[in-house]
Amino acid sequence: MSEADLLFKALADPSRRKLLDLLYAHDGRTLGQLCAHLSMTRQAVTQHLALLEGANLVAVVWRGREKLHFLNPVPLQQVYERWIRKFERPRLAALDALKKGLEGDEP
Amino acid sequence: MSTDPERNTYVYVTYIRTTPERLWEALTSADWMRKYWFGIHAESTFTAGAPWKLVFADGRTADTGEVLEADPPRRLVLKWRNEFREELKAEGYSRCVMELVPEAGAVRLTITHSIARPGVRFVEAISGGWPKVISNLKSLLETGQAALSG
Repeated sequence: MSEADLLFKALADPSRRKLLDLLYAHDGRTLGQLCAHLSMTRQAVTQHLALLEGANLVAVVWRGREKLHFLNPVPLQQVYERWIRKFERPRLAALDALKKGLEGDEP
Repeated sequence: MSTDPERNTYVYVTYIRTTPERLWEALTSADWMRKYWFGIHAESTFTAGAPWKLVFADGRTADTGEVLEADPPRRLVLKWRNEFREELKAEGYSRCVMELVPEAGAVRLTITHSIARPGVRFVEAISGGWPKVISNLKSLLETGQAALSG
């Protein structure tokens, strides 16, 4: 499955969007802290988090024996750029100049 | 929970189809940086203990700090403080860790930026900036173009 497929599959489920909302409100939570806000089994939350991690929407940081979950906004930025940022004309012009400067610049 | 250090930590992850060496070069060379960081570049030797600063296209200093660790092309740790907005400068130094891990034909770049004490403005300042910069970097390395030009 492509990166985009994984991303949209991950976003297609309301429980997973709820998890992202929880992390957006307060990053760096453990599984237990997330479970306290959801009416799902621990196992279901674990599976949703694994899918979000697979789509790179959630990043995990180990602190000692604690696994902390962070919302990773980079893939969403890429979606935004793909369809929306194009309409920001001034920046578009600036980056067009950048593109011209860059072509043939592969090290 | 306002003293919870995790509230002041932001993690950004992206997979870039390139090599660790090339990504390290893109993260540390001024010529590369200007192309994806909206004209901003860094000045440093990128060795442990060396001073480090970010400079705007017009020459003004954006941020200053120090290289805490440098292990090319794997790990770079910076001590980082804003210099151009008084209220941000007052929040003191943050710590930025960049980790490059090769993974199946790509490199996993993880940027962890944190500040020791609660800093609302720090959060505003970095959370708007990093996703754009990282996304642009990925596009540039993978396609030779910054994100918008397509």
